[in-house]
Amino acid sequence: MKQDFCYDIIIIGGGPAGLAAACAAREQGVERIVIIERDLHLGGILQQCIHNGFGLHHFGEELTGPEYALRFITKVKELGIEYKTDTIVLDISVGEKNCFNERQKAVTVLSVKEGLQQLQTNALILAMGCRERTRGALVIPGTRPAGIFTAGAVQRFVNMEGYLPGKKIVILGSGDIGLIMARRLTLEGAEVKLICELMSFSAGLTRNIVQCVENFNIPLKFNHTITKIHGKDRVEGVTVSRVDAHRKIIEGSDEFVECDTLLLSVGLIPENELSVSCGIALDAATSGPVVNERMQTSIEGVFACGNAVHVHDLVDFVTEESIRSGKSAALYVQKNIQSAVLRIPVRSGNRVRYTIPQFVDSLDQPFKILFRTADEYRNVNICAYSNNKKIKAVKKKIVRPGEMLSFEITDADLIKIQHDITVAIELPEEDVD
Amino acid sequence: MTDLPVTQEQMTCIICPMGCSMEVLIEHNGLDKKVLSVRDNGCPRGEQYAYKEVSHPTRTLTTTVAVRNGEVPLVPVKTSSEIPKHLLFNAMEILRRAAVEAPVECGQVILKDILGTAVSVVACSDVGKK
Repeated sequence: MKQDFCYDIIIIGGGPAGLAAACAAREQGVERIVIIERDLHLGGILQQCIHNGFGLHHFGEELTGPEYALRFITKVKELGIEYKTDTIVLDISVGEKNCFNERQKAVTVLSVKEGLQQLQTNALILAMGCRERTRGALVIPGTRPAGIFTAGAVQRFVNMEGYLPGKKIVILGSGDIGLIMARRLTLEGAEVKLICELMSFSAGLTRNIVQCVENFNIPLKFNHTITKIHGKDRVEGVTVSRVDAHRKIIEGSDEFVECDTLLLSVGLIPENELSVSCGIALDAATSGPVVNERMQTSIEGVFACGNAVHVHDLVDFVTEESIRSGKSAALYVQKNIQSAVLRIPVRSGNRVRYTIPQFVDSLDQPFKILFRTADEYRNVNICAYSNNKKIKAVKKKIVRPGEMLSFEITDADLIKIQHDITVAIELPEEDVD
Repeated sequence: MTDLPVTQEQMTCIICPMGCSMEVLIEHNGLDKKVLSVRDNGCPRGEQYAYKEVSHPTRTLTTTVAVRNGEVPLVPVKTSSEIPKHLLFNAMEILRRAAVEAPVECGQVILKDILGTAVSVVACSDVGKK
């Protein structure tokens, strides 16, 4: 195994997160950067997201996924950043500190072109993205015929490989990918017979309910789920049942829907097998690494960004976070990050499912806390507490679990922070101020 | 002045991911509909969207076109601006039959003036030769 490859920063993943982090680190002056991508091309999942709506925040214009990706790929090439495609990372190992007080990291990669290699690096950025939840995770009873796909897999078949996976489609789950695929399959000539959603609301953006579902008269049933899959060799239909407020199946509400294909759009899980293998602490609520305000994980010099940390609504937000991660990795390499750490915990208070970051290590500059709520609430106060004192409150008309919220901690707020920060959603009746 | 029937409708703006829920007053003159006023739009684009959506809705179409001798079989494409919503399926029918020779460059015009709309269909990605 070849071992003589030394880098300042290795970035795992060549999707939107990895590309933005790489550009940001190079622009900070870091020389030896490499991006490792397992697909044949850079760009990640954006390459199969051929619909438009990307880039409104970051570029101020509406782009398709491949166009958004191409802007960053072009920039990576212009900046002369090295990248390896068709290359998979097998292992990350974090060594002991050397005499320069640096913790060397080794990344073992494998490719057909270059074989097995070990790359040494000072800093590491984890940008592996996320993957889809599958039927196995849902445990739907029934047979195991062909014709059951995750929505993202079908997106790749239709948009990149040119295959239509079926003619009569049922979609379980109303996440954005499912909604977008409902429109796409309809335009390609398939019949989307039903979208069913277990919850009473969609996890997807409202605009997608309108432009992908209502505009094409696709039936969408809330409070419904699939209770059985039928068919021997190929899917022949599904049993759809109504659920009550506690998500319990209502007896006698069964209905048979004939279809040849079932799409699952039931959530995304950050991909962190590599993070776990080298001992990085994960947050049970996000399934991603625990990070500080600089996007540094529990291991010094290992940074993370994008959907590997938590599932984002918009790629623009992934870009913003990844630029921060790339800059931080550059500062670490250039030894401009203070090693003193405060470890101030950022806690999820009432009605908050998770926060990013989970802890804060320096109070030198303003930062943003990103978070998601546990349910849909109206006329709320978003509050931050420190040391049991309310340090900030912002009013908001409506908050939904499907929409990531952000909370600015400004210079004025920084001085009020002691020991801990808690972000909570307060309802009007609870307001005691 | 004639007293034409006026209805109040709830519309979701689809221009950006905010998805503002807007209250729209619509005047009905037979089958012709006209927006009188828009409320609760987060920005001016919401108002523009409501006016257009009620009288002549348009959409940007994104799909794929087959590539001959390319390193990948398809190139993603989009209409360079919006086309009337009722033409989406007709446009799909045309683009399903279209093919382009590699190499393809992002922004390259694949088809000019689709369905007499004066709108072009352009490539959204680069595709190299096989």
